[in-house]
Amino acid sequence: MKLLTFRKGVHPKEFKELTEHKKIERFPTPREVFIPLFQHVGSPAKPIVEKGMDVKKGQVIGESSGFISGYIHASITGKVKTVDTFLHPLGYSDKMVHIVATEEGESKVIEEKRDLDKLSGDDIVSIIEKAGIVGLGGAAFPTHVKLSPTRNKKIDTFILNGCECEPYLTTDYRMMIEFPEKIIKGIQIIMKALGIRKSYIGIENNKLEAIQIINGYIKDYDNIEVSVLKTKYPQGAEKMLIKAILNREVPAGGLPMDVGVIVNNVGTVAAIHDAVVYGKPLIERVVTITGDGIKEPKNLLIPIGTLVKDVIEYCGGLTGNKIKVIMGGPMMGIALGSLDVPIIKGTSGILCLKDDKGFVEKVYPCIQCGNCVSVCPMFLIPTRIAHFSKKALYKEANDYGILNCIECGSCSYVCPSHIPLVQYIKIGKFMVNRLNKKE
Amino acid sequence: MDKNKKNRLEEKLLFLSPSPHQKSGESVPKIMWTVVITLIPASAMGIYFFGLRALWVMLVSILATATTEAIIQLLRKQRVTVYDGSAVITGLLLALVLPPAIPFYAVIIGGIFAIGIGKQVFGGLGYNIFNPALIGRAFLQASFPVKMTTWTPTILQQKSWMNAHKVSQATSNAVDAITAATPLGSFKFEKTLTPYIDLLWGNVGGCIGETSAIAIIIGGLVILFLKYADWRIPVSYLGTVAVFGGLFWLINPQQYPDPLFHLLSGGLMLGAFFMATDMVTSPITPLGSWIFGIGAGVILIIIRLFGGLPEGVMYSILLMNSVTPLINRYTRPRIFGERK
Repeated sequence: MKLLTFRKGVHPKEFKELTEHKKIERFPTPREVFIPLFQHVGSPAKPIVEKGMDVKKGQVIGESSGFISGYIHASITGKVKTVDTFLHPLGYSDKMVHIVATEEGESKVIEEKRDLDKLSGDDIVSIIEKAGIVGLGGAAFPTHVKLSPTRNKKIDTFILNGCECEPYLTTDYRMMIEFPEKIIKGIQIIMKALGIRKSYIGIENNKLEAIQIINGYIKDYDNIEVSVLKTKYPQGAEKMLIKAILNREVPAGGLPMDVGVIVNNVGTVAAIHDAVVYGKPLIERVVTITGDGIKEPKNLLIPIGTLVKDVIEYCGGLTGNKIKVIMGGPMMGIALGSLDVPIIKGTSGILCLKDDKGFVEKVYPCIQCGNCVSVCPMFLIPTRIAHFSKKALYKEANDYGILNCIECGSCSYVCPSHIPLVQYIKIGKFMVNRLNKKE
Repeated sequence: MDKNKKNRLEEKLLFLSPSPHQKSGESVPKIMWTVVITLIPASAMGIYFFGLRALWVMLVSILATATTEAIIQLLRKQRVTVYDGSAVITGLLLALVLPPAIPFYAVIIGGIFAIGIGKQVFGGLGYNIFNPALIGRAFLQASFPVKMTTWTPTILQQKSWMNAHKVSQATSNAVDAITAATPLGSFKFEKTLTPYIDLLWGNVGGCIGETSAIAIIIGGLVILFLKYADWRIPVSYLGTVAVFGGLFWLINPQQYPDPLFHLLSGGLMLGAFFMATDMVTSPITPLGSWIFGIGAGVILIIIRLFGGLPEGVMYSILLMNSVTPLINRYTRPRIFGERK
């Protein structure tokens, strides 16, 4: 069978063996959580709780504050100690609700059972919005916005993104193996909400067990199909995935809905299922804790707001003294400057890397090797764009298509001169966007 | 949580750096030294055919380029980066495109010129426009035209010459002074073809590292396989030479040599695999690589067939180097999702 894929990209070593056979474990209720009001793309939520208030697990504590925004819920039952600024994993300080647990042991989520047949498409989207569901693949785009395409855009296909192309991470893989029924049902809910006829489940061929299990569950549905994809990075990028499965090219500057497609990741679809069927808001998520710098790598179901420090301790602590702790995968994740930051909705992994090879690589001048050009999945010229950005030539950077960069990091990955290309490009994108806004 | 545990965790030194946190493991020194290694077959054949003097030319040349690089970097108060291997490649490549009997002082001058004018004046590694080794050679060609076109026969050729003329070893020392024509020269000026087997194996007069096509191809295939050179460049360069050169041969086989002769003779193989593919001075876009190779091939044939010199590899590559920035600019690939 010919494996589906996109052009270019890279093949990083996978390191999935550390956690791929570890069952998802429930993390014990933490004694305190710090829940940021800003956990998604768009505007932050408005807090509706105050210091001293009692909150129940699953209760709304932050309200959506605009079209692209999201609801935030308490992830444990307890007392609001304060609503104040604390360190955010993205590297700045931001407003968070600090809740200290009051009840011993497991507390129940506020739940309501629903009859799926009686729900309309709009009902479903509204439930998803109220449940505070955002894309759990890492970008954290509010899901209800994605599922509300502008009227003139007809969506004909749904794609479940089961690629998990980042090395080390195994959350989506474990979920597909452990909760296939939930995922398939979640797909049907989305299909119902938008009147979609056909769905594809894109899984890379390094996840054979997941492919087998999912295939077993969809035998009876002729409108859901598994697409086996070549293991390649960034196969899980929406535009790459749509190109590989449907051979449709999302226009530059456009969105998947421009070619009639909605893409969601495995965790997101499972959360949609839980929200619609059980009325459970997004208050916990599966996170892969892994790397050579952690004693016991695990896949954990963790309440949102749990401190990274507590999670690391639960996994036996760090090994080695000089260590890099990354939130997310190795290709796009963010190195943490403090472990006193919470797990947020977009946290797919906590990767702990030991300094045995040396983190610092000597940077050489660009030798024009063209490796970055030959791997860029967006067909850009990263070396030129990075150069323009470095020299503050933002107009030139824009002309060379800097805004099309998906920040996958493939260029930096292959650069023999170890130039932080994607870093320069990210800064350039920020500046170009700012200048475009001013005009 | 008990206090000790907490403190232990906070003692850890967290390292910060931008993503990606996993890299391919490639590095500039790794690429450079690998290219040096892949030049060993061609260098070894040069020593086999032209004797130890060829080895000395290589060592002198490498010493000249490496020292020049270090001195200039010291003078400019930069970090000395001789160990990255790029100056060594320049030195080795320069030696491989020099005649075996070239005087050492010329080798040294060529090496100084290659690094000084060919590379460091532009800003060092990555910033030079022209292939430094070829700049060094071009300078020597202009300054010492006679020494640069005085060819010695290979050791095997000398032996068969001695057998044929029944001369003793004593008189054969004079052989060194005898000049031998290169295959391209023989054809250009006398219309005699050299047997293909000699061209392939390298038992012909010529520059130290240019004669053995097979040795160059072996090393060249390794760098293509490792993706340290863009395969499009040798394919389009050699392909154009074969097709464009073949066209003239079809028109007049008496006047012009056949494509295979073109491919195997002179410095074409070394140029195609190791000079034209120099990352710094060749285009970075795939389409640019095709244009670069085709352009070099056309220039080569024009010089070989109509020029005053029998060989055109050096000029064909240098001329294409000069338009590489332009090629890069006009061959920007279509961005994913962009409609042109």
